[in-house]
Amino acid sequence: MSDKPKVAFYWCASCGGCEEAVVDLAEKILDVVAAVDIVFWPVALDFKRKDVEAMEDGSILATFVNGAIRTTEQEEMVELLRRKSQLLIAFGSCSHLGGIPGLANLWDRRSVFETVYVESPSTENPDRVFPETEHKEDGYSVTLPGFFNTVRTLDQVVDTDYYIPGCAPTPKIIWQAVETLLSGELPPKGTVLAPDYALCEECPRKDTKPETLALTEFKRPHEVVIEEDKCLLAQGLLCMGPATRAGCEALCIKGNMPCTGCFGPTSRVKDQGAKFLAAITSMIDSNDEAKIARIVERIPDPVGTFYRYSLPASLLRRKKLETT
Amino acid sequence: MADERKTGFEPKIVAFFCNWCTYLAADLAGTARMKHAPNARVIRVMCSGRVDPQFVLEAFAKGADGVLIGGCHPGDCHYQEGNYKALRRYNLLKRMLKDMGIEEERFRLEWISASEAERLKWAVDDMVEKLKALGPLNLAVPSEDFAEGVSVA
Repeated sequence: MSDKPKVAFYWCASCGGCEEAVVDLAEKILDVVAAVDIVFWPVALDFKRKDVEAMEDGSILATFVNGAIRTTEQEEMVELLRRKSQLLIAFGSCSHLGGIPGLANLWDRRSVFETVYVESPSTENPDRVFPETEHKEDGYSVTLPGFFNTVRTLDQVVDTDYYIPGCAPTPKIIWQAVETLLSGELPPKGTVLAPDYALCEECPRKDTKPETLALTEFKRPHEVVIEEDKCLLAQGLLCMGPATRAGCEALCIKGNMPCTGCFGPTSRVKDQGAKFLAAITSMIDSNDEAKIARIVERIPDPVGTFYRYSLPASLLRRKKLETT
Repeated sequence: MADERKTGFEPKIVAFFCNWCTYLAADLAGTARMKHAPNARVIRVMCSGRVDPQFVLEAFAKGADGVLIGGCHPGDCHYQEGNYKALRRYNLLKRMLKDMGIEEERFRLEWISASEAERLKWAVDDMVEKLKALGPLNLAVPSEDFAEGVSVA
């Protein structure tokens, strides 16, 4: 094998969109392949876990992990890859903040299994058979990974060097990150490889955001005809721009949809959802308790809206576990 | 207290009191030698509107059993409408906390003016009583959850 820097990709609890995002680099992917050797990438290349185990510790320059940590297998794999890699990079919202799979932190193993293996309309399971971590039959034993109650971000499991935000990260963000890592001039550990200011800063509708936003009603995208050149907050839509890191170049907003917050918070914010909650409630144009209550009732799912990508990384991390 | 688990439980309350009203009421209660439950850890803020929802979440995440915010009566805010901002945030935050499994009684907003030491005493005592009935919050995500392969529901 050549002496080019070695790079690995791995996926945990994710949808595959981050793998697509790598391919989305289009012809630039050829520059990446020219600059590095990809030594492990389960979705695209036929290397196995034993190949990674055989590598020397620290022999991989950088491993990009997408997906949240949900099972014992994922935990073992990221621990293994951490040992083998000089740099471990959380790639995409799930790995960075928990992402959509992180919303499962509103439930636990029991309720997730109950829904998936018993209650879902297409399931018939009268004997209540659930996956087991070990099953013996005729003297043989088969195993499955354990399923945790709580979804975790990559850095809640192993030491993480950098973060590439986004659901999925945009080609520009990925390419800039790769260039930064290959340049040898590494930013401080823990850096999120995207601008450190709010999305509103780079929003094409910025100039239409009024000095003071005063709202008497929150609207949902399917309920209104959205004006294409006016600040979405000013139209009463819950646009997460003020509480979200820039870098995507306002992709969703250019598609006339509000920001849902996938790039996560800026470095000075501990809890993205809390900050967005503070921002939008401050915009409510009423001092009357009953009216305020009526206005906020129009938000059907505060947790799912404010923490769409960041529940495991939030201050509370999950819904309180029912102890038995 | 019939429930043994709750016997002897002293709830921890993190209390954010506005400098211009509730904090002075607490001061007055002290100089008047009023007795009230000692469970509130008071943090003085310049206005109830200064209470970032992050403060509330962090208090719960770090082990508070309840969070109490004390602000000026509607119309009395030293900064015109900081207390209204607190009210708007409180409303939605309370709902969100409920979705996260934190009971409503654990998060409270009270309007208490500088002269209302009696009301401060009532608010703290009443909250302590309700929290004692609820028991500890025990919010911490248990780490043993991750320690071993997990058996099934």
